[in-house]
Amino acid sequence: MTSSLRLRAALVSISLLVAFLGVWHLATRSTGTTTTMSPEYAKLMGLTATQGKSAMPGPLDVGAKLWEHLKRPFYDNGPNDKGLGIQLAYSIARVGTGYLLAVLVAIPLGFLIGMSPLLSKALDPFIQVLKPISPLAWMPLALYTIKDSSISAIFVIFICSIWPMLLNTVFGVAGVRKEWIHVARTLEVGTVRRAFTVILPAAAPTILTGMRISIGIAWLVIVAAEMLVGGTGIGYFVWNEWNNLSITNVIIAILLIGIIGMLLDQILARFTRMVTFPE
Amino acid sequence: MSTFDNPFDPDRNLRGGCACGQHRSAAEHEQAKALRCEPVESEEKRYEGVVASAVMRAMFPQDVARRAFLKSVGASTALAALSQFFPLKTATEVFAQAGTPEKKDLKVGFIPITCATPIIMAAPLGFYAKHGLNVEVVKTAGWAVIRDKTINKEYDAAHMLAPMPIAISLGLGANAIPFAVPAIENINGQGIVLAAKHKDKRDPKDWKGMKFAIPFDYSMHNYLLRYYLAEHGLDPDTDVQLRSVPPPEMVANLRADNIDGFLAPDNVCQRAIYDGVGFMHLLSKEIWDGHPCCSFAASREFITSAPNSFAALTRAIVDATAYASKAENRKQIAEAIAPANYINAPVTVLEQVLTGTYADGLGGVKTDAKRVDFDPFPWQSFAVWMLTQMKRWGQIKGDVDYKAVAEQVYLATDTKKLMTEMGLSPPASAYKSFAVMGKTFDPAKPEDYLASFKIRKGA
Repeated sequence: MTSSLRLRAALVSISLLVAFLGVWHLATRSTGTTTTMSPEYAKLMGLTATQGKSAMPGPLDVGAKLWEHLKRPFYDNGPNDKGLGIQLAYSIARVGTGYLLAVLVAIPLGFLIGMSPLLSKALDPFIQVLKPISPLAWMPLALYTIKDSSISAIFVIFICSIWPMLLNTVFGVAGVRKEWIHVARTLEVGTVRRAFTVILPAAAPTILTGMRISIGIAWLVIVAAEMLVGGTGIGYFVWNEWNNLSITNVIIAILLIGIIGMLLDQILARFTRMVTFPE
Repeated sequence: MSTFDNPFDPDRNLRGGCACGQHRSAAEHEQAKALRCEPVESEEKRYEGVVASAVMRAMFPQDVARRAFLKSVGASTALAALSQFFPLKTATEVFAQAGTPEKKDLKVGFIPITCATPIIMAAPLGFYAKHGLNVEVVKTAGWAVIRDKTINKEYDAAHMLAPMPIAISLGLGANAIPFAVPAIENINGQGIVLAAKHKDKRDPKDWKGMKFAIPFDYSMHNYLLRYYLAEHGLDPDTDVQLRSVPPPEMVANLRADNIDGFLAPDNVCQRAIYDGVGFMHLLSKEIWDGHPCCSFAASREFITSAPNSFAALTRAIVDATAYASKAENRKQIAEAIAPANYINAPVTVLEQVLTGTYADGLGGVKTDAKRVDFDPFPWQSFAVWMLTQMKRWGQIKGDVDYKAVAEQVYLATDTKKLMTEMGLSPPASAYKSFAVMGKTFDPAKPEDYLASFKIRKGA
């Protein structure tokens, strides 16, 4: 039963994809008007102008270019031109660093806040104000104070991924069922032991949900941050190709950003499943 | 006397007077040449000339004796004899090296436009290496970012719009940090491009209500476009909209009909034509022939902390600029800077910009060899002109000491010294008068010039 459902879902997925590619292909076929021009003039002009070729590439162009990139993902032609693999590695490293720093800060802090109703009330207004600030709004401030663009990018990742984790940790810790805490207290379990053996496992699913939201946001933000700061990373790749008006490469980058984002999300989803328990 | 004339020419006077004989004094001769980066066979030859000149002068303090000697033995024999006992080659090499750079690995930021040609090409064509430097040229996302990264010392020096170092030094739009310009990158090389649908609106008087893009507020583009519009009776602040748009987004915005045109750096102008979205209304050269556009800039701090590195960098840039100024090298340069590591643009587009034979977007092919040109000398009168425009459009309020700012930021004296050492002939004065749209600018009277404009902000 389930296998047939899966099969049918896969069939629908594939037909949707085929339909999408088909429409895309038809829509980008060369339809523009071609004006007659002297051959001397035509030689100086681009294909859009001479053959009425659509400025938007078709799926075949993108496929061919993608194959080219996949064939040599790690080339290095100097500081401004590196293979897609290297660019993605830079982005993942930045996201990883900023995100791990955020984990190291958000989870202990969230634990403390969640266990103390006083702190929770006192810090709430600050968190509520800081949380909705777009991470990119921090960029000029970071560049100005940190005076280093790559650390600024990591800082931006840090600041954007800290809030969902912090809030979820607070929520998870504060929401542990009172009966369990009471039982622990009756059994005279110490505070530290209680935190690790009762509260942590109970709050873990909520904390991991927060972490999963955070990684998604971090990956969204890195592209924008790298477009601003430049140098390396997939965001820089998009900007550099945009500079050359190469929509084909921009589409490829979009595709890869989506795939990596999905993988990161899936990894955390797996972790979440590991710590989830049936009640 | 020009330092790269042949020192073995018996008829040449090695002191005083003029080398070509057409002028009464050397100063006059040099003024006439006014830095054209005269064709020199090669940089080595040029340095050799400077060294040989000095040696000959030392051997024959009397010009008469030297001439008699050369006349009697012939120039080639004299050269052979001289190199027998004096290692001209070694001396030349030592001379070209100058002081050892304090810092060899340098980072130089650039924006991917053809204005940066000397900075960029100096890497693939080996000009930095020749002067003992290991320079990494780093592509940067925008003018504000390049400013911040240079201020933060991530870059040792950078490609900046000519007015930016002045603005930074004055603290406009950033903290006041003393910056300096040892060399101008390019002259000319910009253009006003209009959307293809405005083919019939060639008279600026019909442009009321249109939207134009410029790359940055502190740019020659901004001042030139404003000047052009104002000369045609339009107030750039009220009659049209001017927007700061990063160059790569200009073409896309033009295609999407968000703007009606732009005054932009090249390869962007030509790119809009190449993609069939716009046409060249006017080359910036037609507004002011020989206007500066971009500059090579560094902070004062870098200059004082690493003077030899800075001198070597400047030498490399001046060398590259001299190389780029020659028409026969332009095709090779276009190919060198087109890859994704540098400008990342189709070679055809760069070739059209650099060789000056280009499609105008209206079906015609035009030729203008000086569409973009390269001339490193940082004329202080350029800085004075920019200051008058900054004041005209309200970027500077209050009084300005034009000369003091110009002399502090545009290092004409130092560059002159370097160029003389390199065997080039820099102009004698750092101020020159020029005409913008037929109106003469006298650098000695900036306030009068400013007062002569009817259309200006807050006037």
